Amino acid sequence: MATYLEFIQQNEERDGVRFSWNVWPSSRLEATRMVVPLACLLTPLKERPDLPPVQYEPVLCSRPTCKAVLNPLCQVDYRAKLWACNFCFQRNQFPPAYTGISEVNQPAELMPQFSTIEYMIQRGARSPLIFLYVVDTCLEEDDLQALKESLQMSLSLLPPDALVGLITFGRMVQVHELSCEGISKSYVFRGTKDLTAKQIQDMLGLTKSAMPMQQARPAQPQEQPFVSSRFLQPVHKIDMNLTDLLGELQRDPWPVTQGKRPLRSTGVALSIAVGLLEGTFPNTGARIMLFTGGPPTQGPGMVVGDELKTPIRSWHDIEKDNARFMKKATKHYEMLANRTAANGHCIDIYACALDQTGLLEMKCCPNLTGGHMVMGDSFNTSLFKQTFQRIFSKDFNGDFRMAFGATLEVKTSRELKIAGAIGPCVSLNVKGPCVSENELGVGGTSQWKICGLDPTSTLGIYFEVVNQHNAPIPQGGRGAIQFVTQYQHSSTQKRIRVTTIARNWADAQSQLRHIEAAFDQEAAAVLMARLGVFRAESEEGPDVLRWLDRQLIRLCQKFGQYNKEDPTSFRLSDSFSLYPQFMFHLRRSPFLQVFNNSPDESSYYRHHFARQDLTQSLIMIQPILYSYSFHGPPEPVLLDSSSILADRILLMDTFFQIVIYLGETIAQWRKAGYQDMPEYENFKHLLQAPLDDAQEILQARFPMPRYINTEHGGSQARFLLSKVNPSQTHNNLYAWGQETGAPILTDDVSLQVFMDHLKKLAVSSAS
Amino acid sequence: MSVNQSAPPVPPFGQNQPVYPGYHPASYGGQPGPAVPASPYGAYNGPVPGYQQTPPQGVPRAPPSSGAPPASMQAPCGQTTYGQFGQGDIQNGPSSTAQMQRLQGSQQFGPPLAPVVSQPAVLQPYGPPPTSTQVTAQLAGMQISGAVSHAPPSSVLGYGPPTSLASASGSFPNSGPYGSYPQSQAPPLSQAQGHPGVQPPLRSAPPLASSFTSPASGGPRMPSMTGPLPPGQGFGSLPVSQPNHVSSTPSHALPPGTQMTGPPGTQMTGPPVPPPSMHSPQQAGYQLQQNGSFGPARGPQPNYESPYPGAPTFGSQPGPPQPLPPKRLDPDAIPSPQLNELPPQQRARHRIDPDAIPSPIQVIEDDRNNRGSEPFVTGVRGQVPPLVTTNFLVKDQGNASPRYIRCTSYNIPCTSDMAKQAQVPLAAVIKPLARLPPEEASPYVVDHGEAGPLRCNRCKAYMCPLMTFIEGGRRFQCSFCSCVNDVPPQYFQHLDHTGKRVDAYDRPELSLGSYEFLATVDYCKNNKFPSPPAFIFMIDVSYNAIRTGLVRLLCEELKSLLDYLPREGGAEESAIRVGFVTYNKVLHFYNVKSSLAQPQMMVVSDVADMFVPLLDGFLVNVRESRAVITSLLDKIPEMFADTRETETVFAPVIQAGMEALKAAECAGKLFLFHTSLPIAEAPGKLKNRDDRKLINTDKEKTLFQPQTGTYQTLAKDCVAQGCCVDLFLFPNQYVDVATLSVVPQLTGGSVYKYACFQVENDQERFLSDLRRDVQKVVGFDAVMRVRTSTGIRAVDFFGAFYMSNTTDVELAGLDEDKTVAVEFKHDDRLSEESGALLQCALLYTSCAGQRRLRIHNLALNCCTQLADLYRNCETDTLINYMAKFAYRGVVNSPVKTVRDTLITQCAQILACYRKNCASPSSAGQLILPECMKLLPVYLNCVLKSDVLQPGAEVTTDDRAYVRQLVSSMDVAETNVFFYPRLLPLTKSPIDSTSEPPAVRASEERLSSGDIYLLENGLNLFVWVGASVQQGVVQSLFNVSSFSQITSGLSVLPVLDNPLSRKVRGLIDSLRAQRMRYMKLIVVKQEDKLEMLFKHFLVEDKSLSGGASYVDFLCHMHKEIRQLLS
Repeated sequence: MATYLEFIQQNEERDGVRFSWNVWPSSRLEATRMVVPLACLLTPLKERPDLPPVQYEPVLCSRPTCKAVLNPLCQVDYRAKLWACNFCFQRNQFPPAYTGISEVNQPAELMPQFSTIEYMIQRGARSPLIFLYVVDTCLEEDDLQALKESLQMSLSLLPPDALVGLITFGRMVQVHELSCEGISKSYVFRGTKDLTAKQIQDMLGLTKSAMPMQQARPAQPQEQPFVSSRFLQPVHKIDMNLTDLLGELQRDPWPVTQGKRPLRSTGVALSIAVGLLEGTFPNTGARIMLFTGGPPTQGPGMVVGDELKTPIRSWHDIEKDNARFMKKATKHYEMLANRTAANGHCIDIYACALDQTGLLEMKCCPNLTGGHMVMGDSFNTSLFKQTFQRIFSKDFNGDFRMAFGATLEVKTSRELKIAGAIGPCVSLNVKGPCVSENELGVGGTSQWKICGLDPTSTLGIYFEVVNQHNAPIPQGGRGAIQFVTQYQHSSTQKRIRVTTIARNWADAQSQLRHIEAAFDQEAAAVLMARLGVFRAESEEGPDVLRWLDRQLIRLCQKFGQYNKEDPTSFRLSDSFSLYPQFMFHLRRSPFLQVFNNSPDESSYYRHHFARQDLTQSLIMIQPILYSYSFHGPPEPVLLDSSSILADRILLMDTFFQIVIYLGETIAQWRKAGYQDMPEYENFKHLLQAPLDDAQEILQARFPMPRYINTEHGGSQARFLLSKVNPSQTHNNLYAWGQETGAPILTDDVSLQVFMDHLKKLAVSSAS
Repeated sequence: MSVNQSAPPVPPFGQNQPVYPGYHPASYGGQPGPAVPASPYGAYNGPVPGYQQTPPQGVPRAPPSSGAPPASMQAPCGQTTYGQFGQGDIQNGPSSTAQMQRLQGSQQFGPPLAPVVSQPAVLQPYGPPPTSTQVTAQLAGMQISGAVSHAPPSSVLGYGPPTSLASASGSFPNSGPYGSYPQSQAPPLSQAQGHPGVQPPLRSAPPLASSFTSPASGGPRMPSMTGPLPPGQGFGSLPVSQPNHVSSTPSHALPPGTQMTGPPGTQMTGPPVPPPSMHSPQQAGYQLQQNGSFGPARGPQPNYESPYPGAPTFGSQPGPPQPLPPKRLDPDAIPSPQLNELPPQQRARHRIDPDAIPSPIQVIEDDRNNRGSEPFVTGVRGQVPPLVTTNFLVKDQGNASPRYIRCTSYNIPCTSDMAKQAQVPLAAVIKPLARLPPEEASPYVVDHGEAGPLRCNRCKAYMCPLMTFIEGGRRFQCSFCSCVNDVPPQYFQHLDHTGKRVDAYDRPELSLGSYEFLATVDYCKNNKFPSPPAFIFMIDVSYNAIRTGLVRLLCEELKSLLDYLPREGGAEESAIRVGFVTYNKVLHFYNVKSSLAQPQMMVVSDVADMFVPLLDGFLVNVRESRAVITSLLDKIPEMFADTRETETVFAPVIQAGMEALKAAECAGKLFLFHTSLPIAEAPGKLKNRDDRKLINTDKEKTLFQPQTGTYQTLAKDCVAQGCCVDLFLFPNQYVDVATLSVVPQLTGGSVYKYACFQVENDQERFLSDLRRDVQKVVGFDAVMRVRTSTGIRAVDFFGAFYMSNTTDVELAGLDEDKTVAVEFKHDDRLSEESGALLQCALLYTSCAGQRRLRIHNLALNCCTQLADLYRNCETDTLINYMAKFAYRGVVNSPVKTVRDTLITQCAQILACYRKNCASPSSAGQLILPECMKLLPVYLNCVLKSDVLQPGAEVTTDDRAYVRQLVSSMDVAETNVFFYPRLLPLTKSPIDSTSEPPAVRASEERLSSGDIYLLENGLNLFVWVGASVQQGVVQSLFNVSSFSQITSGLSVLPVLDNPLSRKVRGLIDSLRAQRMRYMKLIVVKQEDKLEMLFKHFLVEDKSLSGGASYVDFLCHMHKEIRQLLS
């Protein structure tokens, strides 16, 4: 544990946790003065190839309000076979199975290296995974064809015993029955009428069988699969049928007159999908996968009318309160999302269209249920195809990288309380002694439900130090937090992953240095960004920016070293040095800036930002820029306009886009065809290098980024130009005419200006 | 009925037998009293035989009647009569005499001759069978009635005395003349004088007639009066049956001589002239007034009461029952104790001879003989066409063929006062798309180009032969509204010297009564030419439907049937698209797009808010999607083979079909195959509200009303979309036809009902109906408008259609079998010169999707004399109209009221005739107009029909079914429906190719040694007498004896012998004539099933209380007398 950096990294690898502060201020007052809240990024299912699950169940603290899991931090009396809960100090008897334990014969959960441990639960019914495809048929012919192929392909990727179902929609919504031979059968619903779950089940003929099922379930869980067998069938059984069915899918046959949008009943289709699963498989892992090629145009959840002359709402409309359908639609989807979350199912949205598709309104569906949101231009693009394929990718064990119906429970030692969480989760509204009254993110609970998650799903969890200043913590005291994640593994097992961490307390007055040094500026930036984005969902953009600025200034005031009123004297320690820059880019990011983004895009970006792990989040905040040249190996360069040089190739990764940009000279060379000449093979290699690197990134990322290969002066170069720090613009004349870099035509402030202002404000005594 | 009601005493029909005794006497008494008892009888007797004979042939009758001396006659008469009847001869003989005697006694009581008739009537009710023989004789006379005129007189006279027998027969002819009661006394005298034979009385009648002359003057009738003079001729000449009568007449004539004198002068003159030309063609056999003058009104009344009492028939029922009877008795004639004492049977014997009252069979037969041979040329205004039962060709020369339009009267009173007085409904029964026999050309299609059909600017009447071109052809005057319109340049044509356009014969619209215009886009919905219509088959696949095998059968049939969708003209394939839906509690639509490898099923469970789940692929061209459709039809029975769903929906199904058509923007027809009461939770859900206890209460009407308003609303939407609904029902129990048929009824659809459907038994019938229904020509999205010339106006419409305003009849679909009855009322005075014109314009979409206008024009005469009206009536049409009127009435009024209204109206019609047109005669005589002499018998059939007087075995559904069925029947159908055809199969030689002559629908006509066939358009029975020869049984049923014949057999074995071939051939040809396939039921004499069969013997008293013909006639007579007095 040489440095905090290593410590942080180690902790992240082992526990999937990154704290903003790794030494905790010991009193509430001090904690609030730290500006950046005590919080962590938790990746509950972080892939741990080295961590085989144990085959037994966790030992719980016997105090009903605690129920913490036995962990390495507990004090154990091996002789008395007792252990003391490190959260509530309850002394507990070991269960009979543990009679053989001793100092040398410890169960795994007591070993320090098992601060994160996974239990496999054997009891309970195991129900197969469920995939319910909800497919828009109002697509262009080739789009539909591509989608059909993707879906057909996906069948081969599903586990053979998984249940699949198909709902298609256009003007009507069809629930396809999959078990019939010789004739394809579907139940059709009007696309304009919202139905209650009860009605849907009645109409699908599920009620009769469902009633006895519910009563009989405890006794005969076996019956379950048969109940809804008509609509959800094991893949291996109806593989062929479904392939044919998908193959015969027609475009929505209802005529669309000129000047109209096709009538698309997305709202009802989703509602029916939710209702179907709700009635048949509550609380088992299920994915509703919505594929849509346009905005919902009728019925509940409609986002825009069918008149093409009325464009779909823009941010401008929303600000002017001019988006007629937005509120109602949002309400509809929120209601659905909450129902889905309550049932433990998740909703994915795959929206491929050139125009907006209503993600803004529908975002809560994936956001609250942990589903995926994918946005593309067409189903006939590799972006969609590969993204979709990647959903079914498998891990080192050959298991799907997805888990369902997870419940995350957080326990804290007494000095801490839980303020909230931000991520793809919903509150389970479990009040408890460790729940804070102040909310940050989704608060007021110690448990959250995450209906769908994968190994990278990451939550920001915010805490509040409640220890009073006058009740000092004994020297060497540690605060502890336990994360208990129960979930359904893709192999359909129930598992529980328990992570218990502890950090030292420190008195902020006497040991500020320690605390400062233990600041994780990356985590802090992401955590603050999440807070900002969370706020941006409900507040006006400028307010959020102002709040962020204020926080940044306060942080600088608190931790900067400076002389009052002397901006030039301002210094930040290493552990803080990058933070302002992150904030600068965050302010410019699409997560907070809606300019140039449609509401759908903003929703899309925010969705991913709220669930990716730290590394990816940082890339989103501050894209990475690599430069390739004949001068040496590829090197990361400043995300700055000055990095845009004529003889360089740039590779920018913004998470959502991979941009390869050929400098002016390079582009000319390529145009001249040098790469094809044997004597310029090195040029060919140079051209190839960023492509290869990009491929590497593309391979690993979910969702597939938009891949842009452009050059100086290319229209697509805007993706690069909009990201780089506009250190040279048409405004700063002194840079005009310089050889290096490319001026950006913008009125945005550059990082330098930003920093100058920041320093000024930080050292100002007025603020 | 109203009359009855009004007169408190009368009502008492309801009473029972006890009354009879009293009545008989009364009636008898009445007769004797007035006239000389003895003589009358003699006379009657005389006539009777004569009549009987006459029936067969005119000539014979006359002689007998004339010849027959009073007393002596009786005996012989009786014998002859019986002989003819071939029935209980012996009994009759004696009985008759006995009766006579009694009569005499009875006569004292009351009215003179009149009583006679009434008596018979009375008697009959009681003991129909016995009397029957006698009656028959009379009936025969009646039928002959044409000849009748002669006979009538005689009969009339006779009636008095002989009572029913003689009177009946004689009365008819005479009746006309006799009309006035007061005179009745005179008749007796005359009779006495004439005496000797029947004739005298007859003549006497005529004299009376003379007195009538004034009334008679009206016209034809006068002739009738005169008729008596030259008996046959007189009558015949008038309107009446010339042929038959003539022969007969002579004989009578002589005797009448004296009588003649009286009336002759005036009458002769008047009548002869007009009648010959006018009537000869039309009313061959009939005299204007056929009279069955029935005896004493009063006498009869009491009787009626008694007899009827039991029978609700007349409407006056139980209420008045017993107490009343006595009262009545008092008024009329005092029942002689003796009579009272007589056992009912004996009384019965005394009744009217059924043969002496007007016989439908005879009338039909006469019309066939007289008018069947020559084509009916429509050029002349106001011609009465041959009866519907006659086969005749039509030559369209400017008026619509009677196949398209039939009127109750072809001569309309000029003023509404006259019309009110006569009470004859002025109505037309229109069958706009009637199928014509192959020999007649279907209407020509006229294309007036882009401007559209030429119409009158003011009243919008279409160009027709009735329009007058003036000013050298530059303008034309509308004959409907008199507006003068310019002739458009492109239509101009010069006129010839007669003022006719030179091109009149080149243009159908100027020379024909019926033709079609091609409609322009202005005549189309939304100003868009329609797309070809669609047929949607909607099949119930609930448990019941599957269990009975219906679904499998249907699917199998559809496979081939789809090749026979209606086509336009010579088109190679039908333009009609088809779609399929199955349903139980939810609906299943099928995508059968040709590009699919297999059909797709789409379930819609949202029945509360029905919609169509697909557009493309639902309605397809049969040829293109053949493979998919076949596969679908194979699959449907399989898919639901294990269904346990018993609940069904109904309204959503129709709505779905309608929405589908709406989505496809076309008109069309839904074929619904439904099995059960729709109790599933959905709009239009019904509950079982069948309650037999409601019958005969004020709430009975609710059984005919729809349970909910849902269906009316739905129907309205359907009509707006041009969505016609044909409903095939396969109920096992109550399905509430009254409610389910609302939509078919309002959309111009048909309802078919197969109770307790079983594939083995009902397959043929169902498939045959289905084939016909699918294949028949049909027009869609139609609007019919009936325009009339100034002075009259169409005020009421009956049939299967919807009306959103008071003039336009909207029909979502209209097929070749559907008729619309239209009633007219006076607006103003009509003139005899211009007559009354009708133009029926039907705008519709043909089965190929072409928008067309079919125009039918008809010109009627107008009259200032009531007699003209009565001479130009058509009873069949009248009955058609009255039945529809009554059937519609049961929804709003108690059935009893409806029946009463009918009876009253009928009585008023006849009374008006009697009062204004018939020659004076004894009040005891029933005098019927020649054209309407069948009105009582037919009306009685209507009154006895299941709707108006249900028997115990008739279900509420049956009644509702029949009710809606009748509403769109044409005249031919109602004719046979109400008065079934009874054909002896074994009487005529086997090798004769023609249809055997029908016999009257009465049990008395059945001989146990024969086999009969009965049909009414819906049912078909073969009745096997118990003593049929074994050989016949063998050759027809392939079993050795009567006892081995399976009762209820529904198919005759196919045997290769002449009899079997002939019978099967006959059955086939009968079936081919009817709209619906008639299921055969073999009934054995004395078998349980015979009850069912007897229900159709409409001249007999029915189990449910319906009066026998004779009873009813008597009752009618009583009513008339009441009106007159």
